[in-house]
Amino acid sequence: MSVRVRMPTPLRKFTNGADEVAAQGQNVRALVDDLEKSYPGIKERICDETGKIRRFVNVYVNGDDIRFLQNLETSLKEGDNISIVPAIAGG
Amino acid sequence: MANPTAARWIASERFREPKKVESVLDLVGETPLLEIRKIPEGISPGVRIFAKLEGMNPGGSVKDRPALKMIQEGIKSGKLAAGKTIIDSTSGNTGIALAMIGRVLDYPVELVMPSNVSAERKRIIGAYGAKVTYSDQLEGSDGAIRLCRKILEQNPDKYFKPDQYFNPMNSQAHYETTGPEVYRQTAGRITHFIAGIGTSGTIMGAGRYLKEKNSKIRVIAVEPDDALHGLEGLKHMATSIVPGIYHEDALDEKIPATTEDAYAMVYRLAQEEGILVGQSSGAAMHATLQIARKLRSGVLVTIFPDFGDKYLTTNLWVGWRDRMSVGNLKFSI
Repeated sequence: MSVRVRMPTPLRKFTNGADEVAAQGQNVRALVDDLEKSYPGIKERICDETGKIRRFVNVYVNGDDIRFLQNLETSLKEGDNISIVPAIAGG
Repeated sequence: MANPTAARWIASERFREPKKVESVLDLVGETPLLEIRKIPEGISPGVRIFAKLEGMNPGGSVKDRPALKMIQEGIKSGKLAAGKTIIDSTSGNTGIALAMIGRVLDYPVELVMPSNVSAERKRIIGAYGAKVTYSDQLEGSDGAIRLCRKILEQNPDKYFKPDQYFNPMNSQAHYETTGPEVYRQTAGRITHFIAGIGTSGTIMGAGRYLKEKNSKIRVIAVEPDDALHGLEGLKHMATSIVPGIYHEDALDEKIPATTEDAYAMVYRLAQEEGILVGQSSGAAMHATLQIARKLRSGVLVTIFPDFGDKYLTTNLWVGWRDRMSVGNLKFSI
């Protein structure tokens, strides 16, 4: 089962510049672990030391914020679109 | 009996004569300095900390200053002729300032912002009647910069672009107003000037003025510790489109701020000092406190770019009680 993950600019250095990657996972937690396997170092940017999604990082599944779904336990199905969106920089 | 804090305030009998002005634009600048007295507990008694409350500007942020200066220069130079539309890319506060100024001076305003700017910002800009084009949220404010360039290229004669990241009038506004105000408000005793970097206009302009007055004044920038951060309004220079007005060699020091420390400081400022500010002010205060702890004496001035009401729906306040319960604040700082 494969889902598509859209990457924000600050994380593209882990994905060789790709703005979208394919990844696997039954839920968001497994997805983040799978991303870490393919792109080492990316997990600690998305999650804090307790493993929770960092508060200033927003993860959307098909446009819905996982905070209003089941957070890391939000289940995924084939073809889902995931976006990782950071807060906004200056000016 | 009043408690000692309340008794001291009652005894001071401070009143202010309100200003009377002709235009809302006359209210830009001349913002107050607030002494931060409770949070710095334990620092040397010879060190004082002041925050310049830029949220007191009529558009609600420090950005009123550069926006007004860039528009003034556009009009004077003839580039902003009658019939032109003002356009720029922004993460929000400059957009609010331009939208407000456009209304007062009768110019239409179009703004390009990442689609994930706070709901409050979108509504404020909408209330002023400006048109907004949203850029891809994954591309951040650099995506807005690029999209704005594209819109401008398609229709160059229609627009006047203040170009806040590259217009020297941005920092000039701070050279002419913010810097002199800070110097005067501290009676020339300022020793450290600390400000966050977004476009870098504040630190470049006010910093240059202060260095000219007294080259010993330390000019210190605060920036997010990482490319992926939650400090809306601040820029991580190493991974961003570097503003043309930014010159790193004008700085004495750069201090990184983590998003978590900045957020925690926002909660402390609200609960201990009674002032609700945005996350960039939290970052500035956090850095200022770090500097203060190393000093025996000094007058530190930092900039609080705006108040906190524009961020109440953002992640700054989502679930904050889980980490910081009221009356029992625990911080890493």
